[in-house]
Amino acid sequence: MTATTTPTSPTPFSVRSGGARQLAGTGTLLRFNLRRDRVMIPVWVAVTALLVLSLPGSLESVYSSPAERADLARQLLTNSSLRATYGPVFSDSIGGLTAWRIGGYAAILAAIMSLLVVVRHTRDEEESGRQELISSAMVGRRAPLTAALLTALVANTALALLIAGGLAGRGASGALALGLGIGGVGTAFATLAAIVAQFTESARLAKGLTGGLLGAAFVLRATGDSATNDASSPLTWASPIGWLENVRPYADERWWVLGLFVAATALQGWLAYELAGRRDVGMSFLPTRPGPATGRLATAGALAWRLQRGAVLGWSLGFFAAGVAFGGLTKGAADLVGDNARTREIIERMGGQSGIEDAFLAAMAGMFGMTAALYVVSSVLRLHAEETSGRAEPLLTNAVGRLRWAGGHLVIAFGGAVLILLLSGLGLALGYGKELGPVLGASLVQVPAVWVLGGLAVLLYGSSPRLAVGAWGVAGAALLLGWIGPALDVPQGVLDLSPFGHLPKLPGGEMSWGPVMVLASVAVGLVAAGLLALRRRDMTT
Amino acid sequence: MTKAITVSGLHKSFGKTHALDGLDLAVETGEVHGFLGPNGAGKSTTIRVLLGLLRADSGAAQILGRDPWADAVEVHRRIAYVPGDVTLWRNLSGGEVIDLYGRLRGGALDKSRRADLIDRFELDPTKKGRTYSKGNRQKVALVAAFASDVDLLILDEPTSGLDPLMEEVFQRCVEEARDRGRTVLLSSHILSEVEELCDRVSIIRGGRTVETGSLSDLRHLTRTSITAELAGEPNGLARLPGVHDIDVQGRRVQLQVDSDKLDAVLRSLTESGVRSLRSTPPTLEELFLRHYQDDAQADAPAEGALPR
Repeated sequence: MTATTTPTSPTPFSVRSGGARQLAGTGTLLRFNLRRDRVMIPVWVAVTALLVLSLPGSLESVYSSPAERADLARQLLTNSSLRATYGPVFSDSIGGLTAWRIGGYAAILAAIMSLLVVVRHTRDEEESGRQELISSAMVGRRAPLTAALLTALVANTALALLIAGGLAGRGASGALALGLGIGGVGTAFATLAAIVAQFTESARLAKGLTGGLLGAAFVLRATGDSATNDASSPLTWASPIGWLENVRPYADERWWVLGLFVAATALQGWLAYELAGRRDVGMSFLPTRPGPATGRLATAGALAWRLQRGAVLGWSLGFFAAGVAFGGLTKGAADLVGDNARTREIIERMGGQSGIEDAFLAAMAGMFGMTAALYVVSSVLRLHAEETSGRAEPLLTNAVGRLRWAGGHLVIAFGGAVLILLLSGLGLALGYGKELGPVLGASLVQVPAVWVLGGLAVLLYGSSPRLAVGAWGVAGAALLLGWIGPALDVPQGVLDLSPFGHLPKLPGGEMSWGPVMVLASVAVGLVAAGLLALRRRDMTT
Repeated sequence: MTKAITVSGLHKSFGKTHALDGLDLAVETGEVHGFLGPNGAGKSTTIRVLLGLLRADSGAAQILGRDPWADAVEVHRRIAYVPGDVTLWRNLSGGEVIDLYGRLRGGALDKSRRADLIDRFELDPTKKGRTYSKGNRQKVALVAAFASDVDLLILDEPTSGLDPLMEEVFQRCVEEARDRGRTVLLSSHILSEVEELCDRVSIIRGGRTVETGSLSDLRHLTRTSITAELAGEPNGLARLPGVHDIDVQGRRVQLQVDSDKLDAVLRSLTESGVRSLRSTPPTLEELFLRHYQDDAQADAPAEGALPR
C-alpha cells in the first residue's frame, strides 16, 4: 500500500516540530491496545508466571535436602550440554535452582510476547491499512509506536511484578532480580521488534525476523555457556538472555547488569523512533521485491504448498535441530536423573519403565509429538484463515471442489506432521549417536495421536469456522497435560484424556499396535466427518 | 433464447435475518443483466447461492442449466466471478494469481488476450498481494475473468475503486464479452454503468425482486416531468389521471405525470396552446431512488442482512 503525503500548507513543516504534539493521542491508543489485547496479554503473562512459580514446589519435592541440591548443582556445572540448554547454576538454593531451570525460558516467552505485541500494534496496523485511518485523527506521528511500546512495557512490568511477588518467599531480592531480568529481556525485544518493523512491509516477516534474532540470542548464550561454567564468555554477554544469567538472581545479585537492559531498551527505542521518523506510513526500508509476471501454479494443491512451504521448512529445521540438541543431552541428563529417585519416577511416567536413557528418549519423543500437534493444528487452520480472509471464496468459484481445496492443505498438514516427526527422530538418534531404528520408531509412533488432534481441528473447522480456534485449546491442553502432568502426580485417568497417553512408550517399551490402530482410525473418522460437514455448510467471509 | 440463470422463490436466512425472501431472477443467455438494489438487499447473497458457496433454504436455482450447489465444479468451469472486494495472497504476484485462476477454470489463458487486458487495464503484474491498491486488486480479478474463455461472467460491484478511465476500459470489456456471445450478470451501484451496459435489469429489495425488465420497460413505470408555457389558461390538468405535483403559476405549468398517462396531458396542453415545452424522461436515478426509498421505509430492519 502506498501512501505519500504532500504538504499543502504554504509553510513547509518540519517532521521534528511540535514535540508534545507528536505524542498526541498516545494515552487513548494505549488504552485501545490494552483493550484489544485484553485476553492475550493476561493469559500469556499468567501462564509464564505460573511456569516460574510452580517450579520451587516441584524442585522441593524432588530435591528435598540441601545435600541433594548441592550434589545436583555440582553435577550441573560440569556437564556442558546441560549448561548449553539451561545455563550455569550459581546457587543451590531453591530460588537459585528455579532461576537456573526456568529463567531463560520464561525470558524467551516474555520476548515472544513482546515482539508479537509490538508488531501487532505497529506494522500489522500499517499493513492492514488501519493505521491510515487512525493517523488521520488527532494522533501524533510518534503516538502509535509509543503506545505499542508502552503496551509491551505494561505487560512486561506485570510479569516482572508477578514473578517478584510470587517468589518473594524464597528471598525477596533474588525474586526481584529474576522478575526484573525476565521483564528486561522482554522490553529489550520489544524495542528490537520496533526496529525490525521499520524494515519490512509484512508484519509476518517482521515477527519472523525478530523471532530469528531471539533464536540467535539463545544460540549465543548456549554456545557461550557450553564453553564456560560461570556465564563469563563474551558470547553469553552478547545475548540479552545471557545478561539475565549474569544478573545472578539468588547468588549475590549483580544489580548493575540490569542497567544493560535499560541501556539496550533506550538505545533501540531511540533508533526505532529515528527510523520511523524517516519513512512514510505503510512504507518500509526493505521494499517488497516484485514477483514474476506470469505464474506456473496450476492446481489448488500447488497453491496450498506454495502458501505452507515456508512453515513446513521452518518446523522441519526446528525439529531436526532440537532433536540433535536433545539427543546430545540424553546421556548427561540420564546420568543426572538416574541419581534421584523422584525425577527418575517422573521421567518413567513420561517415558516408560525401562532403562533411564530409553525412558528419557521416549519422553523427548513424546514432547516432539505434542509439539507436532501444534504444527498440525496451525496447518489445518490455514483453511480457516483462507476462508475468513475472503481468499477462499473466489478460489472456490473456479473449477475447484471444496474437498480438493481442503485436501491440498490437509495433505500438507498430515504429511508434514510425519515429516517433522521423522526429522526429530533422525536428529535425536544423530545427537544420541546410536539406536537409529528404535528412536525413529519412537518418533513415528506419535503420528496417530498427532493426527487425532489434527482430525479434531478438521472436524471443528468443517462444522463451523467459529469453532475452529477450539482446536488450539485442545492441542494446548494435551501439551500441558503431557508436559507437567507427570510431575504434578495427575492421575492416570486424566492423563488418558490426551491421545498421547495411549501411545506405547518407545524405545524400550513394548510396541502395542492396538491403541495405535484405534487412534489412527479415530483420526481418519474425524477427518472424514470434518470434510463431510465442510461440504454441506455455507462458506463464510 | 435459453436462460443462463433462473431463480425462483429463493429463501435464505442467517439466524434471524432473512437475507432472501422469495427472490426471482431470470437472465437470458447472451444478455448483460443489471442486478440492482440498496445495500443489504440480498444481491451478494443471491450471487453466492448461484456460485454454490451458500446453500439456499428453499426455492429453485439453475445456472447454465445445472444445480449451483450439486454441480458446482462443472458449473464453475464455465463461469468467471469478480467479487467487490478482492483479497490476494501477500506473497503471490498479480500475474501468478491471474494464471492460477485461468488454469483452475480448466485451461491456460490465451496469451495475447491476457497481455492485451493487462495492457489496457494498466496493471503491473509483478507486484505482490498487499502492495496493490484497492483498484489494482480489482484489476487483477477483472483481467483473470475477462481473459478466460467462459460462458457466464458474474460481476459483483466489480469496479469499486477503479478510476473513470479504467471504468471506461471495463465497460468496453463487458461489451466485447457480450459481442462474443457471453452472458453477464452485473451487480452495480454505478447507474451510468448500468444504463450504458445492461439490456435488462432486476431491482431487488428486502430479499425480493420488485422490478425486472428492460430499461425502457421500467421507464414506463415512472413519471415524466413536464414544464410548459401556455397560450391560454391551463384547463383541468389537475383532474387528469396520473398527474402529480402540479404547480400552476399563471400560464406556466410544472407537473409530473405517469409515463403511460402522457397522452391525455399532452392533449390538454395543446388545447390551451403551447408556447414552449420541456419534457424530461425519468432518470435512472429517480427510478432507483423511488425503489430504494420505498425500501428504506418498508424494510428498514432488512438493512445489514448480509453477513460480512
